[in-house]
Amino acid sequence: MPKTPVSFNLNGVETSLFVDGGQNLLDALRRGVGDLTPKFGCNQGTCGACTVLINGRPLLSCLVLASSAEGDSIVTAAGLADGPNLHPLQRAFMDGFAAQCGYCTPGMLLAAKALLDRNPNPAREDVAEAISGNLCRCTGYAPIIEAILAAAEVMRRSSRT
Amino acid sequence: MVEVLEFETLAQAAASLRDRTVYLGGGTLVMRAVNYADPGIARLAVTSDPSIKAIRSEGGRVSIGSGATMSDILASRDLDFLWPVARRIGGPAIRNMATVGGNLFAPHPFGDFAAALLALDARLSLADGSDIDLEALLARRKSMGSLVARVGFERPANGEFRFRKMSRVKPKGVSVISVAARLPRPGRRVSGARISFCGMGQTPVRARAAESALEGRALEPQGIAGALAGAAGLSPPDDAIASSWYRREVAPVLLRRLLLDEAE
Repeated sequence: MPKTPVSFNLNGVETSLFVDGGQNLLDALRRGVGDLTPKFGCNQGTCGACTVLINGRPLLSCLVLASSAEGDSIVTAAGLADGPNLHPLQRAFMDGFAAQCGYCTPGMLLAAKALLDRNPNPAREDVAEAISGNLCRCTGYAPIIEAILAAAEVMRRSSRT
Repeated sequence: MVEVLEFETLAQAAASLRDRTVYLGGGTLVMRAVNYADPGIARLAVTSDPSIKAIRSEGGRVSIGSGATMSDILASRDLDFLWPVARRIGGPAIRNMATVGGNLFAPHPFGDFAAALLALDARLSLADGSDIDLEALLARRKSMGSLVARVGFERPANGEFRFRKMSRVKPKGVSVISVAARLPRPGRRVSGARISFCGMGQTPVRARAAESALEGRALEPQGIAGALAGAAGLSPPDDAIASSWYRREVAPVLLRRLLLDEAE
């Protein structure tokens, strides 16, 4: 069966590759492009480890048909840092010990980024809701929520200066 | 490997559904099957038809395209009465993908939105131009030969529609059960109530005994006692979320909270 060409913007870089018919976007990103930051977890939309931003919205890349991403703008955890400068969310996760095994972290970061992009001053309940589709089996969630709130504060302060 | 068939219109996609060709909407149900190499899927039919995402509210009637997502519902001011339902389905990423049409075909124990539409007496427009009641579709959804294009129903009056959901995980979680109701109350007495449950059968089901018991009653503890007894008469399945016994015990409790407008 012939492969399908697909082109999208991945973390600011125009990217083109050939994908198989039923191939999902997670597989295309990991095996096709080599971006290993979206994680393979449940492969059925339950764990959130594969969360990416597509056109600014969090989606589960394991449930997205790769060929349907034509023309989309995709952000993964690999695109969060600005060169050597970590994104405030990444810094807050490190400083607040919000990652233990780290497997859920890329999905958590992108779910949190989607929240802070539309709500720079979230309440604790807003954060819990934003990451409600992302499972973490290590931290008990509290350090993750604290880190996201801390990053939001840093981002608000930097936007004022 | 699965072949992807792209169509301009939903009707064209519907016409392709034969011999292991499956329609792919939001992806939350079908892509998981594709990922696990479901032998029943050889081809995926997809469409870019923009009409299936349209949401309209005109003249007291509401029309929702089958491709509208839970996030689209939450973004529509006309559908504020359905926000409590859409908000309790999945996390943000799932809500950006899961469609109204897909929820009608979601296997037990999913289908909270379908239960809400059942309580609203929804009628479905199919891609082949025919119409069907939601209750009739749920009875034969495994053998559907067409696709749902739109869902239509009469807009409920303020406070007439209610929804409650019980799940083991909060804020996101699969339903143990959920209950939706449309409760018209001319003169403070219920007339023509429709009550539906998700999780109390293999598809969302109406609680007809509870509906009948509410007729002419006020929504107060004495008035709803018959309806609560009626809710206990359903036959829910056992699964990993809850046993049939537990669901039967919970159903009247959740219905009481809904009818008396108590917090979950």
